Amino acid sequence: MALDISELQTITHDVIVVGAGGAGLRAAIECSRQGLDTGVVCKSLLGKAHTVMAEGGAAAALGNADSRDNWKVHFRDTMRGGKFLNQWRMAELHAKEAPERIRELEEWGAVFDRTADGRINQRNFGGHRFPRLAHVGDRTGLELIRTLQDKGVHSGISVHMECTGLGLMMDGGRVAGMVGYWRETGRFVVFRAKAVIFATGGFGKAWKITSNSWEYTGDGQRMAYDVGAELMDMEFTQFHPTGMVWPPSVAGVLVTEGVRGEGGILRNKDGKRFMFEYIPEKFAAETADTEEEALRWLQGDRDARRPPELLTRDEVARSIYNEVKMGRGSPHGGAFLDISHRPADYVKKKLPSMYHQFKELAEVDITKEPMEVGPTFHYAMGGLAVDHDSQMCPKVPGLFACGEVAAGLHGANRLGGNSLSDLLVFGRRAGMGAKEFIDANPGLPKVDEARVKQLIDQAKEPLMRPDGENPYVLHDDLRESMTRNVGIWRDAEGMSQGIADIAKFRERLKNVKAHGTSQYNPGWSEAIDLHSMFVAAEATARSGLMREESRGAHSREDFQGERKEWIKYNIVCFKGDDGEMVVQKVERQSGPAELEKIANASIEDVEAGRV
Amino acid sequence: MSEPAKRKRTLRAWRGDASGGKFEEYTVEVDQGMVVLDLVHRAQRDAEGAGDMACRWNCKAGKCGSCSMEINGKPKLACMTRLGDYAPDEVIQVQPLKTFPIIRDLTTDVSWNYEQNKKIAPFTPPPRPEGDYRMKQKDVDRIQEFRKCIECFLCQDTCHVLRDHDKKAPATQPAGKPPQGFIGPRFMIRVAQLDMHPLDTVDRIPKLKEEWGSGYCNITKCCTEVCPEHINITDNGIIPMKERVVDRFYDPITMLLSKLGGGSKRTVQK
Repeated sequence: MALDISELQTITHDVIVVGAGGAGLRAAIECSRQGLDTGVVCKSLLGKAHTVMAEGGAAAALGNADSRDNWKVHFRDTMRGGKFLNQWRMAELHAKEAPERIRELEEWGAVFDRTADGRINQRNFGGHRFPRLAHVGDRTGLELIRTLQDKGVHSGISVHMECTGLGLMMDGGRVAGMVGYWRETGRFVVFRAKAVIFATGGFGKAWKITSNSWEYTGDGQRMAYDVGAELMDMEFTQFHPTGMVWPPSVAGVLVTEGVRGEGGILRNKDGKRFMFEYIPEKFAAETADTEEEALRWLQGDRDARRPPELLTRDEVARSIYNEVKMGRGSPHGGAFLDISHRPADYVKKKLPSMYHQFKELAEVDITKEPMEVGPTFHYAMGGLAVDHDSQMCPKVPGLFACGEVAAGLHGANRLGGNSLSDLLVFGRRAGMGAKEFIDANPGLPKVDEARVKQLIDQAKEPLMRPDGENPYVLHDDLRESMTRNVGIWRDAEGMSQGIADIAKFRERLKNVKAHGTSQYNPGWSEAIDLHSMFVAAEATARSGLMREESRGAHSREDFQGERKEWIKYNIVCFKGDDGEMVVQKVERQSGPAELEKIANASIEDVEAGRV
Repeated sequence: MSEPAKRKRTLRAWRGDASGGKFEEYTVEVDQGMVVLDLVHRAQRDAEGAGDMACRWNCKAGKCGSCSMEINGKPKLACMTRLGDYAPDEVIQVQPLKTFPIIRDLTTDVSWNYEQNKKIAPFTPPPRPEGDYRMKQKDVDRIQEFRKCIECFLCQDTCHVLRDHDKKAPATQPAGKPPQGFIGPRFMIRVAQLDMHPLDTVDRIPKLKEEWGSGYCNITKCCTEVCPEHINITDNGIIPMKERVVDRFYDPITMLLSKLGGGSKRTVQK
């Protein structure tokens, strides 16, 4: 059947933003403020994006809960949490701009929890020196997305809901738009634009145990990779230490770090508070080493050091994994997380979703008994390499990326709470970047008809085949392989197996059959999304295989500990001329002297303003 | 208690589109602790003919409000409804929300709700003072309750004004006529949240009465009963809003004052 391009629906905007989570909406609001005609394309209904699942808070050095906090301490925490693989400039911009982005959100209607003197309250979180997370109980993400959604719909933004991207079009070296399909009808649509902003999130759906939703299939990573963009830091995939482990059907569902921020204690099956055994050398000076000191900290003693439960996520996740491996895990293969020592009313006020989640899904009353928790794939530190100020992908002029789909801010490990502030800071910057690009390149690029046809033909294949393999089963096989081979602990053999498996899965995908029509067909969507998951999963395994050390969220059985030589490199993946994935080490630029000094200074010197 | 390991369950799912449809039965293996959404997913993967069964979902943790459907006759979130809540041999029947037009299978067109939200003037605070806005926790507690809303639209689905009488507020309210429909409980608490915000400066009460149809609600509390976030929609949101309408438009003293040219205008300091 010949495809008549002229009969395809075409929608034109100055800029299209793909994704309607926090980053996408913040980018769209900025574009609209800058006077651009802005369209948002999102895979689900508006307000349902992954940001709603963020629980604990947004990190910003407002200094409300502890006046000793400032951007330098936040910057230092972020670099140390990221094991110094973060992009210096991004970590600087983030720490400096986050407070203003939070205040702006309040101006737009967000209602954060308050301090006694009526300002935005802040809570403690792993790796943050001071209570820094602006929050609303344990539903901060919902507050953020609803605020941006309400702001957005009154800013003249067009929202195209339940529409999935298939691929980008190029025109003379710049991005020209995106081809997609409407879930409801299965019809195809061409979005033409002068600039495209990707805010498509991560790719946890390629793993079995994950806190991520069906949307998280790496669409942005794959679409950009296909037109020449570079994926960076893909080996760094964050396993959040506390996901639910029981019952099996909810395994992986997130248990907020806020539980530990509010004083939650981790114990093994023998009742031992094991995190004291796992305090790494470089955090020893800033971490309590007795239960007595940890208790004093919880009671507000400013001289006491933080409990070890609030070490960074990579450390806590590995510790729980190790306890289970040593036979000291909870009955369902996790650890016990206990908050029942705090007053029941306080727990219900500060952690209401956790209370309901455990009560309704696991029949556990967290005000009375401990939760069972274990690591779950939560977040991708890696993603598209971007310019640090404008968020443009250097290899694809006109394409911008912000939020989880972009790489650079978090390095080898993200601190909890730095994601929500990332979305706001770099969402806005991507919008400003797009405006600047469009001002310099005001013409509307041409539609590449051959490319449109190619993308549509490829998408239709699973529907057109008379028969073939079940896409859901292929997806399950991918998830099984990734969790087994590219999980929390990795080695060369496993990752090589993962890469070989993906090659076989790609062959099987050529024979996948989606039954039914193209109208609202989840089986068909699954078949399409697998292309993206394969690219993201392969990049994770290949980058992980190259990085022969353990750093941050990347832990290797066969190369334990950080290796000095590896601090000099980020790893990038891109599509080679032959269509195969190329993996390369890229030498890092040293940071500006001022930033290096802050990051390496003692905490006393930073707090005293000596750097 | 929880579902015993490795047994079978029958899912009776409505399949079809706007032109019509019927229930189909799928029997699949289930695991311990599964929720209705797991059962739908299991059927999609394992049951003959169910691979293309349309169903929305996202977070699978009761936080996004996507998987709203009617389960054995009750509007619920499929991700928070455990199979163990039903008798072991009970068939699980799922069908789309009745109040909204069907797209396909378990999905409905909920765009009417998004249109209502657009009608409501956004939060409008006074300019930010030097430093920060100040609000006491006790003054924001009640609006934080409304902001827990995940927009699952189960309250809209169950509201008899919308469901049984199909009195959905039209796109435009004809001038000089009584309100032609109701915006529904979800947007009553949206208005309540804005109206009770210590910093908001916009007066939405006249529209509530004249365009958004607050008078249609006769407080049967069905909306509160189905709210998965346990928001006290009726008592804390709708009743206070209806009272504000009454105070403004039917209170004899206010009416007299307004006739004398005063009126009751909202100021920045409420």
